[in-house]
Amino acid sequence: MQISKREGISKSKAMLIRLIAIVVALIICAIVIFLIVNLNPIKVYISMFNGAFGTNKRMWVTLRDMSMLTCIAIGLAPAFKMRFWNIGAEGQMLVGAISAAYFMITFSGRMNPIILMICMIIGSLAMGAIWGLIPGFFKAKWNTNETLFTLMMNYIAIQCTSFCVSLWENPPGSNSVGTINATGANKYVGWIGNLLSKGYNKDYGILLLITIFLAIFVYIYLKYTKHGFEIAVVGDSENTARYAGIRVDKVYIRTMALSGALCGLAGFLAVSSVSHTISTDTANGRGFTAIIVAWLAKMNPFIMIIISLLLAFLDKGSVQIASEFGLNEYVSKIITGIILLFILGSEFFINYQVSFKKIKKDGGK
Amino acid sequence: MSIAIEVKNITKRFGSVVANSNISFSLSNGEIVALLGENGSGKTTLMNMVSGIYRPDEGQIFVDGKEVEIHSPKDAINLKIGMIHQHFKLVDIFSAAENIILGLEGDKGKLNMQKVNKDVKEIASKYGFDIDPNKKIYDMSISEKQTVEIVKVLYRGADILILDEPTAVLTPQETSKLFAIMKNMKQDNKAIIIITHKLNEVLEVSDRVAILRKGEYIGDMETKKASQQSLTDMMVGKAVSLNIDRPTSENKVERIKVEHLTVKNAEGVKMLSGVTFSANGGEILGIAGIAGSGQKELLESIAGLQHLEDGSKISYIPVDEKEINLVGLDPLEILNQGILLSFVPEDRFGMGLVGSMNITQNIMLRSYNKGKSPMVDFNEPKKIATKIVNDLEVVTPDIDKTPIRRLSGGNVQKVLVGREIEFNPRVLMTAYAVRGLDINTSYTIYNLLTAQKMKGVAVIYVGEDLDVLLELCDRILVLCGGEVSGIVDAKSITKEEVGLLMTKVGGGK
Repeated sequence: MQISKREGISKSKAMLIRLIAIVVALIICAIVIFLIVNLNPIKVYISMFNGAFGTNKRMWVTLRDMSMLTCIAIGLAPAFKMRFWNIGAEGQMLVGAISAAYFMITFSGRMNPIILMICMIIGSLAMGAIWGLIPGFFKAKWNTNETLFTLMMNYIAIQCTSFCVSLWENPPGSNSVGTINATGANKYVGWIGNLLSKGYNKDYGILLLITIFLAIFVYIYLKYTKHGFEIAVVGDSENTARYAGIRVDKVYIRTMALSGALCGLAGFLAVSSVSHTISTDTANGRGFTAIIVAWLAKMNPFIMIIISLLLAFLDKGSVQIASEFGLNEYVSKIITGIILLFILGSEFFINYQVSFKKIKKDGGK
Repeated sequence: MSIAIEVKNITKRFGSVVANSNISFSLSNGEIVALLGENGSGKTTLMNMVSGIYRPDEGQIFVDGKEVEIHSPKDAINLKIGMIHQHFKLVDIFSAAENIILGLEGDKGKLNMQKVNKDVKEIASKYGFDIDPNKKIYDMSISEKQTVEIVKVLYRGADILILDEPTAVLTPQETSKLFAIMKNMKQDNKAIIIITHKLNEVLEVSDRVAILRKGEYIGDMETKKASQQSLTDMMVGKAVSLNIDRPTSENKVERIKVEHLTVKNAEGVKMLSGVTFSANGGEILGIAGIAGSGQKELLESIAGLQHLEDGSKISYIPVDEKEINLVGLDPLEILNQGILLSFVPEDRFGMGLVGSMNITQNIMLRSYNKGKSPMVDFNEPKKIATKIVNDLEVVTPDIDKTPIRRLSGGNVQKVLVGREIEFNPRVLMTAYAVRGLDINTSYTIYNLLTAQKMKGVAVIYVGEDLDVLLELCDRILVLCGGEVSGIVDAKSITKEEVGLLMTKVGGGK
């Protein structure tokens, strides 16, 4: 057996390989389901689909999770395109969330709701930008390791969040902030859906619109602007960038500020449209999951939407089959695991060609 | 003296290029042979076949009189052949002793570092090495790292040692220390091959000199009977007439003035030292020298990509205006001063081009920042790309899809040179502009450079083929070990004289 790197593959062929991977994954899952828990696989699949899209509410929750994940992945895209391994989305998101919650808690009722919303957005962008800019600056000036640096920044952000939660504790002793502006005179102030009308459907709808807008923005930014071109050149070779008259330091700092700001904006969305509260679980590991999303999408924001949708679908679907069939949750995790493994594995067959060579034996014709 | 290794009628081809053609050569125990030749004459290729990195297409290799097949470096080690490469292959975070035993099986079960340390010290004292087995590689100087490499092959029991340009990275003191060690090894009946360009070293250390030229074995002679002149003659050969058109430009004006240019590399070694010259518009200034004599640093200094030592001066003299000091300017600032400076760097993908981008995007590399709009303009670069592809006959499936890395080396080079000429430069610097190109394309490039010269551009051409340098250029600056060993008129000098300048500062005057 021989494995060799493919020199370019047509898009249709790559899609075909992915499609085959999904079909094979579904077949293998079906066998596993049948052998281990002795259920009808078709029914299980239908149940998964129901869990993610069965009712209006479920569909919006799935879309909400998809949007959040996409937002963070979009925030990572500029940094990754520059080969700057920003694994600090978790922290950048949290500091954005802290800023948003701060404005909501402190200025509700003291400020016009629309101005408050603008302050929340700008605050989150700025906080995220600062959180991204620090490792970017150190990388540019002293070539520090960005992976460790951004990772450490996450822990600082988590501790800051803990501190703020205890500061804003409501009601006292609950060790949580509680839903902000859920009742009282300032009901729904700072909730993004409240700008149009009340209710979570609108919250999630606006979230989805913002996600799509961000996807378009980052796609154009990376592909058609001078900044995007500089990012790609720096990512390929710093020496080439210098040769072409690009200020490498400036590009590092600028791009990390942007990447951090977008992740900070995701933190704002998490507070203002998803949870209306803040806790150390606001990011909930999505800053890391988004790394997988960004990579699988090869930094293309529109493909990120599709991959986020798949991950959200698998998540919601597995919860549903666990409850509907009384399965222990590990079985559903096995199923999502198999499907993900095949999708990731298909990338190998897209990048590499496997050919089988018969070994010649003496005397054989 | 018995014959340690003999190669017979060895031929090695890379595609259509014949790197070694029908080479026969032998080495005795207790003998030091210097393998001499210009860049690209096939020295390293030949030695790589002996040490198992390449396999010959034709020919035989005999070790101790028996015919052998060397499939891998491991086979070579089993035959007691050890090669010390130009680029060290050491693990930075390991100690000297750990690097030395790396890859060896040793005794079953346990690792006895004390025994290893003892053995290493034994080898060191036997030949006069200075080595601390417990020192980490990252704490070592270049010369210490080289010592580890040599001890490594001796530890593996090598009787035939091949040193690929061992002195290129050493100071004169370290070099004489190395030569003393080599002589000790020779006393111990080891057979040693040293690859080098430096004639004085050849004369100092070797017993015999073998000379390669353009992949062919020219012959050998005893060092006692050789002189710098006779070796140079054998190395560069007779001048070949290429018939490159060399018109003379009427209006030569000074464009670039370089004074006392000194550059150190990351390790603090001087790569250029006190270089002074000027490049004129309407003239091609050739730069000749053994690879690594400072050519790269020289061009990069002018382009604003090197850190210059104090006292270095580089200035650009525009038409009818005051001269502009280039020291301390980066490429963007040079461009913003209105200086149109083109540069074809030696390292295509590491500096001149972006491998993952298509031709159009690579053309944009020079001009993307034009205009105030935040968006990039693809139309103009596309037109230029189409023009370059047509004019230079670049073979490519398209201009805006295929990453340039997928194109063949010659086509990549055409895009790079084409882009830099399209830039309408006042100064055009090229490093090995025709490397990897076929004869026809090379001539296309020569003509383009000459056309630029006739337009009044100051062309600086770093080349490796002396025949081309002599016929293409108006003047030739020869570098040797980072210093200018001569600036000569290309029309009146001979190839041998240039060869001599390349290997010795002052050319023996």
